[in-house]
This record gives sequence, C-alpha cells and structure tokens, in this order.
Amino acid sequence: MSGTLGRAAAALLRWGRGAGGGGLRGPGVRAASSGGSGSAEHLDALVKKDKVVVFLKGTPEQPQCGFSNAVVQILRLHGVRDYAAYNVLDDPQLRQGIKDYSNWPTIPQVYLNGEFVGGCDILLQMHQNGDLVEELKKLGIRSALLDEKKDQDSK
Amino acid sequence: MLSGQLVGRFFSMAGRVCLSRSSAGSETVGPVEAAIRAKLEQALNPEVLELRNESGGHAVPPGSETHFRVAVVSSRFEGLSPLQRHRLVHAALSEELAGPVHALAIQARTPAQWRENPQLDTSPPCLGGSKKTRGTP
Repeated sequence: MSGTLGRAAAALLRWGRGAGGGGLRGPGVRAASSGGSGSAEHLDALVKKDKVVVFLKGTPEQPQCGFSNAVVQILRLHGVRDYAAYNVLDDPQLRQGIKDYSNWPTIPQVYLNGEFVGGCDILLQMHQNGDLVEELKKLGIRSALLDEKKDQDSK
Repeated sequence: MLSGQLVGRFFSMAGRVCLSRSSAGSETVGPVEAAIRAKLEQALNPEVLELRNESGGHAVPPGSETHFRVAVVSSRFEGLSPLQRHRLVHAALSEELAGPVHALAIQARTPAQWRENPQLDTSPPCLGGSKKTRGTP
C-alpha cells in the first residue's frame, strides 16, 4: 500500500504517450501528497526528472484555470505529449512550495530541462515568436508545428 | 517562423469563450487596482500602463479585485528577458500578489514592441479553479 502511495506521490503523469491527436485520455494527475512535497530538494528533483514539467491547476485533461488550460493547449499544438504535469490543487504544500522554489507567485509554471521558463504569458510569447520551437529542439523534441507548416507549404 | 494561422487559432479559441466575461469593474477603480497602478508607475516609470480588472469573469463575488491583466510599457525592459521583466513587475507588486491578487497576466513590453502591437490582450476564460480553493492564491 505504501508502495502504491509512494508511486502516486511521485505524481508523474505521462499522458497520451503514442496516442493520436484525439487521444487525450490519461490516467489523471496526482500531486505529490506525502510529507515534504513542498521542500526545495523534492521540487528540485521533480523539475529535473523530466524534460518538460508543468505545474497546473487541474490536470491536462481537465484544467481548472484558463491560464493552465492555455499552457496545456500550447504544448498540445506543438505535439508535446510526453511531459510531467502536477496538479497543485491536490496538494497545498506543493502549491506553495513551487512558488517559493521559483520565486514566482502564480500557477501555471513551466520548466524545460529543469529550468524555470515562466508562466502562461511567457509560454504564449515563446509560442508566438518561435522561441518555443527552438527550446524544444534543444531538448530533442521536434515541434509538431514544423511538420504542420511543411504540410501547408507543400500544398 | 510559425504561421500566423496557428497562433490565430489559439487566440480565437481563447477569445471565443471569453465573450461571457462580465464588464463589471470597468467603471469603478477599487483600492487594489489603484495601488497596482501607483506602484507600477513608481517602480517602472511606464510610458503606457493599461490595467484591467478581469475578476468579473471568475468565481469571485461582484466587485472583487482578484484577477488583473496589465500591459506595462517601459524602457526599463530594454535588454531584459521576459522572465526578468515579469520579475520586475512581481517585485513592484509583491504585497498585492501575496495578498488580494490571485491572478496577474502581464504584458511587459519595450516602447518599440508596444508600437508593433499596442493592445491589451484578453485572458482565457476561468475554468472554475477558484471555486474549489477560494481564498488561496
């Protein structure tokens, strides 16, 4: 039982891996709930464990906030399916801890390669100016928008 | 560069559901809004400062001052990354962000960037998050 809880506490959501565009069903995000989920050490490990990590209000399947939803939609537009999402509404310690960790007062928060990049406004800006495609490339992730653009060009 | 079409698609999606946003708050300026304006003017000496109380679109009582969007246009942002710019705004408003302000959307631009697209964007719609956890930002 504790092993199961520990696993849940790992709070990792890998959703829709290999699923098609419409396949947005995932197991649902579970936030870390054990003690110390808001500690800097824990959070440091959390944001470095996956290339793309987001802290949301709600889950990718069911965001509970428009700004969190925007982050999910931007990642979806770029075809980023394999990312870790943590729902801060499930865990007050995580919710406060991540704000302290990044010295950033709001949720959502986006981390690429362990580095804090910003919230919804900054991700949207990176999406609009093309920086997100470049940042994803550095992580070895090819943005789906590049392929979509190619398709359009070839028509 | 990304095609404008795709960016447009995202925005129209965000905008469409925003139509129901209440216009409450646009007539009266509350104390929090006034404090935000004064503090940003003092800290960043902005050329343009547009501030909108978007609380009416969220699950908070009428007249609330919890959700804001701000466009700050300042030459202080020259040479700074988006992250650094936002941190300057956060620092100026640390008291408000630690207290009554629940959400703050920020457009931090240099004067030249603002001239390219001089408008305060519209935030995506609330999806109900604060209903469950009202009172905790």
